[in-house]
Order: sequence, then C-alpha cells, then structure tokens
Amino acid sequence: MTPVLNIFTAIAVSAGAFFFIAGTVGLLRFPDTLTRLHALTKADNLGLGLVVLGLLPLVEWPFGALKLISVWLLVQLSGAIVAQLIADFVRREEPHA
Amino acid sequence: MSTVFIFDVALVALLLAVATWIIAARATFSAVVAFVAYGLLLAIVWVELSAIDVALTEAAIGGGVTGMLLLGAASRLRETEAAAVSVGAALRWTAAALCALIAAGLAAIVLSPPSTVFTLAPQALAHLPESGLGNPVAGVLFVYRAFDTLLEKVVLVLVLVGVWSLAPDRFWGGVPGLRVYQQPNSVLTLLAQLLPPLGIAVGIYMFWTGANNPGGAFQGGTVLAAMWILVMIAGLQNAPSTDRRALRLLVVLGPAIFLVIGLAGFTLADGFLAYPPGYAKPLIIIAEAALTLSIAVTLGLLAAGPPERMARR
Repeated sequence: MTPVLNIFTAIAVSAGAFFFIAGTVGLLRFPDTLTRLHALTKADNLGLGLVVLGLLPLVEWPFGALKLISVWLLVQLSGAIVAQLIADFVRREEPHA
Repeated sequence: MSTVFIFDVALVALLLAVATWIIAARATFSAVVAFVAYGLLLAIVWVELSAIDVALTEAAIGGGVTGMLLLGAASRLRETEAAAVSVGAALRWTAAALCALIAAGLAAIVLSPPSTVFTLAPQALAHLPESGLGNPVAGVLFVYRAFDTLLEKVVLVLVLVGVWSLAPDRFWGGVPGLRVYQQPNSVLTLLAQLLPPLGIAVGIYMFWTGANNPGGAFQGGTVLAAMWILVMIAGLQNAPSTDRRALRLLVVLGPAIFLVIGLAGFTLADGFLAYPPGYAKPLIIIAEAALTLSIAVTLGLLAAGPPERMARR
C-alpha cells in the first residue's frame, strides 16, 4: 500500500460521504416527493460509487474488487427502479405534482 | 473512544429509534416499512457481532420475506382498519408497562452474565471436522441440533397449510390471490427480467457455500423465493394453482428427505438423525439441497397468500 493510494482512498471516500450528506440534506429540505427522490438517488449513485472507487485499492484483486463493483451496480439498479416506482405512484396519486 | 465504538452507539440509537417508530406509527403500512428498515439495521448489528450467518438470515427473512408477508397483511387489513375497535388508555399503559418489565428483565440478565459461562462451543468445534463441514453454524444446525432444524422445516409446511386453510371451501386448491402491482409497470417488468438470473445464481451459491462459509439452505432458499415473488408481483407469471401435485411435492420434498435420512440413521448409524461415519457431508448436502428448494417454494406460496379463485381449465 503506497501513500499515494492511501490519499486516493481518503479523498474518494470523503467525497462519497459528502454526497451522502448532501443527499440526506436534500431528503430533509426539498419541497416535494419527486425532488426528494432526486436527492436520494444522487446519493446512491455518486456517493456509493465514490466510496466503492476509494475502497478498490484496499481489496483483493480481482474478486474482491468485482464484488464491490457488483454491489454498486445492484444498488444502482434497485435505487433507480424503486425511485421510478415511487414516482409513478406519486404521479398517479397527485396529478398536479 | 474509537470510531467503531461511535459507530456502534449510533447504530444502536438508530435501531431503538426505529423500534419506537414501529410501535408508535398509526398506520399499519408505515409500521411495516419501519419494520423492514429495522430488520436491515439489525442485520448490520449481527455483522458487528461477527454472526454473519444470523445477519444473512435477518436480512433475508426479517428485512425481506417477513416484510413482504406483513405488507400483504396490511393491504388486506386496509378496508377494515378504520372500523377497528380502539383500545382504552388503561389497557395501552398496562401493555406498555408489562413489555417494559420484560425488556428490563432481559436487559438485567444480559448485562450481568454469570462469572463462569457454561458452553459446549469448544467440544462442538473440536468434533466439527468429523462432519466434513467447515462452517460451525452449519455443524450445529445439521449435526448437533438436527432435530430442531427438522422440526423448523416441518413448521414451515404447517404454516403454509394454515394460510391455505384461510381460503373459503370452494376455492380450496385454487389460485392464490397475490395482489399484483396495480397496473403492469414497465420498470418493474424490467427488474423482474433482469434480476432473477443473478438472484438464482446467488441463492444457489449461498446454499452451496453454506457448508464451509456463512450461508445455507434457509438464506439461499429465501433469495430464490424472493426472485419468484418478484416475477409474480411484476405479473410476468401468475401464482400457480395450489392443487398442482408437483408443487405440493416440492413443498414437502425437503422435510421428507431430511426425515428419511434421519430414520436411516437408526440402521446405518447410532440413531435418529445420526450420520454414518464418512457419509455425513454428502447426506447433509442432499438434505440441504432439497430443503433449499422446499423453503423457496413454501416462502413464495406464503407470500402469494390463500387461494382466492379457481384455475381456469
């Protein structure tokens, strides 16, 4: 483990944490369900993506890395689809939104 | 104070907050959603306690299938919920006081363990290699406490019979009335087409790796059941008619094979559920494979609910 990779991990994971905080603030502060969903899915995509990117140098190559990447892809898939389902429901319940 | 300690305290605080929310929530639906979140948080707690097998089960059952069953119950109750009789304050406070008493008693016991802990763990670990299994949890489930495991699977079959019995007589053997998502939804269809191949591979892997690593029949079977439920909810395939012979055979296959292996122990080994020396691992794998299938089918049918109409012939 080189210092350069350590610094890379620290920066990427911190940036990921920043997106999670931003997503949480958005969830609490945004005015309606659709914009709150937007904030949440951003946290999932970018936040988790950056955390996974930062952790890649620390895990065993290639299977540990592939596991982390698949976790990210699966969370992307479920996050995107759940967001779509909730948005679909909201649009049907409140036609003005 | 280490980072791990702060994380643990925050986790427990969050868990207690969610637990309080489950009890305080007015609407059944909100309580169920909170219960699913509670199950997932509890899974993280089990990981923190290094109990990966329990964490997997909690995530699959507590966070997954139980949530699905409770959601089904909540949607069935919705029509009658408004008319439900409300209980008086006296009864509420009595129930709260009794629950608090039990919680306090449990806390007192857990927080003051005896000075010498009686444990069979060292003996259990010392003899584990004789079973050919590498995962001590699988060893306990299928060697030391196999009888409990067998009964647990039989209970699952009885639960399914109980759920089916809720159907009116004329629909006995009919098609379960699983509430499908209101209208066909293209996004849900995409998920139901994309996820099952992956989920089935993960489910089979969890069963297979259970002999030596965390995993096993219950966790693997639950993942398989989840894939089936997803396909049914998305409307890609209807719930099967419950009078199908193959379906009913699959439900009892696991417990039946486990029972046969157990009975064979009388003649081939030392007694009920004992394995002949050298054959323990293959026999356990056979029983686990059959159990995985049965658990998957049973949990899927439980989520599908009691029969509500007859199959069109």
